[in-house]
Amino acid sequence: MEISWKKYAYTFLITAVIFITAIYLSNYFSQKKINEIKNIESRIAVDILASETQFSLLSELSCRDIGSSFLSKELAILGDKLAYTEQNRGSDDAEVLNLKKYYSLLQIKDFLLMQKVKERCGSNQANNGLSVMYFYSNEGDCSDCEKEGFVLTKLRSDYPELRVYSFDYNLDLSTLQTLVSVYNIENKLPAILINDKVYYGFKSVDDMKKALPMLKEIDKQKAKEEALKAKQSSSTKSI
Amino acid sequence: MMHLVSESITYIILFFALYVEVFFLITYFEFREADFVKNATGQGRNTSKFPSVSIIVPVWNEETTVLKTIFSLLKLNYPKDKLSIFIVDDGSIDDTWRIIQRFSRNKQIKLLRKENGGKYTALNYALEFINSDLVGCLDADSFVHPEALKRIVTKFDDNEIMAVTPSVKIFEPRGLLGLIQKAEYIFGIFLRKVFSYLNALYITPGPFSIFRRSVFDKIGGYRHAHNTEDMEIAMRMQKNNMKIGNVHNAFIYTIAPTSLVTLYKQRLRWVYGFIKNAIDYRSMFFRPQYGNLGMVVLPAAGFSVLSTIYFFGSMIFSWINSLILMIKEISTVGLSFKGFNFDFFYFNTDIIVFISFVAILGTFLIIVTSRGLAEEKNKFGFDSILFLMFYTMLAPIWMTKAIYNVVFAQKTKWR
Repeated sequence: MEISWKKYAYTFLITAVIFITAIYLSNYFSQKKINEIKNIESRIAVDILASETQFSLLSELSCRDIGSSFLSKELAILGDKLAYTEQNRGSDDAEVLNLKKYYSLLQIKDFLLMQKVKERCGSNQANNGLSVMYFYSNEGDCSDCEKEGFVLTKLRSDYPELRVYSFDYNLDLSTLQTLVSVYNIENKLPAILINDKVYYGFKSVDDMKKALPMLKEIDKQKAKEEALKAKQSSSTKSI
Repeated sequence: MMHLVSESITYIILFFALYVEVFFLITYFEFREADFVKNATGQGRNTSKFPSVSIIVPVWNEETTVLKTIFSLLKLNYPKDKLSIFIVDDGSIDDTWRIIQRFSRNKQIKLLRKENGGKYTALNYALEFINSDLVGCLDADSFVHPEALKRIVTKFDDNEIMAVTPSVKIFEPRGLLGLIQKAEYIFGIFLRKVFSYLNALYITPGPFSIFRRSVFDKIGGYRHAHNTEDMEIAMRMQKNNMKIGNVHNAFIYTIAPTSLVTLYKQRLRWVYGFIKNAIDYRSMFFRPQYGNLGMVVLPAAGFSVLSTIYFFGSMIFSWINSLILMIKEISTVGLSFKGFNFDFFYFNTDIIVFISFVAILGTFLIIVTSRGLAEEKNKFGFDSILFLMFYTMLAPIWMTKAIYNVVFAQKTKWR
């Protein structure tokens, strides 16, 4: 029986071309995504630098002038995108590691800036001073980290004013290690730092609300607003 | 490490799957034109030149469908003196024998009866009485298109052709399973065409494959062959360098299983039969002397069983993983709807996505082409969509069981 080896070779060539194109396209889009993360990071860096400069330039800066745009809003989006990329490319990917280090530095800077605002203007400015520092590990030694991640994601979506700074405890970054030693955070993960107090182990949504009474205040306020709205709509209906 | 291994396996499988798909498509478009021109010139022949044909209808408890099958044979547009029908009752215990008595005086029809011994014994029994030029078989759950035989017979003008396969379609498909099988059979019409171009047909389907009588003299009669005698005889022919052809517009209509259980049993028998026959004929795999059959078609058929199971397995695995993750999330923070994120960033742009896209595009091309071959009105139908959606989830069920049966030596039954 006849065999057309030439056709076998052509088919191989075509298949290989399809494969190479797929690899090329995948790399192209993946690089595009990395660039997007880099862009966000540089935008945040500029934002922080601008706010810092503004802050030191006008030491007399009136606390009233510190609006809601003082702190970067993109930090949370960046965190999500970075987590997604890490999941896809793996946590040992050199590019991912670099982006993560930069992200961690930006978070620390943002945190310090917020602390400064808080010191000078009290906790009623910017974002009510609501912040949580979260330390996790991806190395399989933290069984509750995944669950804690769900809790913090949920809190962040329910309370956009809450700033969640998340750090990979094992990230090779000296600034992060300094932060760890400043707050004396032990390797008992997940660890959460709220108002200079460290909590170890899994903390549920309710536990978090207990540690952050401000969240309960927000809940009350929201409930009040809703009741008012309901009242208004029922009164307009009766008219 | 595990991740790397499974990823490599996935890409290797994808490469081969894509290779086979490209190979089949290239082959189809390479031969199509020449084949169609040849077919068109083969029409309109002299009646005296028609070869004599015998059709064997093996029946076993087929009282409900046997009449329709025989009537469809009697309605064949073929010279009556050249066509005889042999009905073999393989020891039915229902009313089949009594029902077929109405043909006892028909000169075209011969009624035979024997003790139950399985389909292949019924076929061999009838072969003893047959000395026509051509001989074929028609299962009692199938019906022929009036022009089918004429169209098939023209193919035998080529002296090298020793058997010809028809195109099998589902008779009045109903329900979800009926429609899925309809699309599947139409898909099969394309594959059979390509296999015939490659001279690599390894199944001569029970419904209306026609052989030269001399085939059985040369290589012997049907064998039990793990209840898939129609596959074994074709493989034996190929092993003996006998050419098998295909006429795509010779349509046969077969009644499809309507319940999942009967479909499962039928397919289990097919896949089990394929694997067992493939093991029996393993010496044909990767041997250039068996041409495209040995080098591509048989390995691809075996590979498709394994790859379907592999992909199904990894799909189930990833479903279970995301289910566990979802349960963990719900148990931690309760049910919350996050909404859809249409940010381009979250679109999956893995290599596998682009390759799957090309593979699916190829599958669409095959579906459209095969529907043309099947003379369907629409180039794409609801049944094609159902087939694409559900077939990959159904097939692994019987494939896995078939492999289990082969490994643990469990035999399959006809019914």
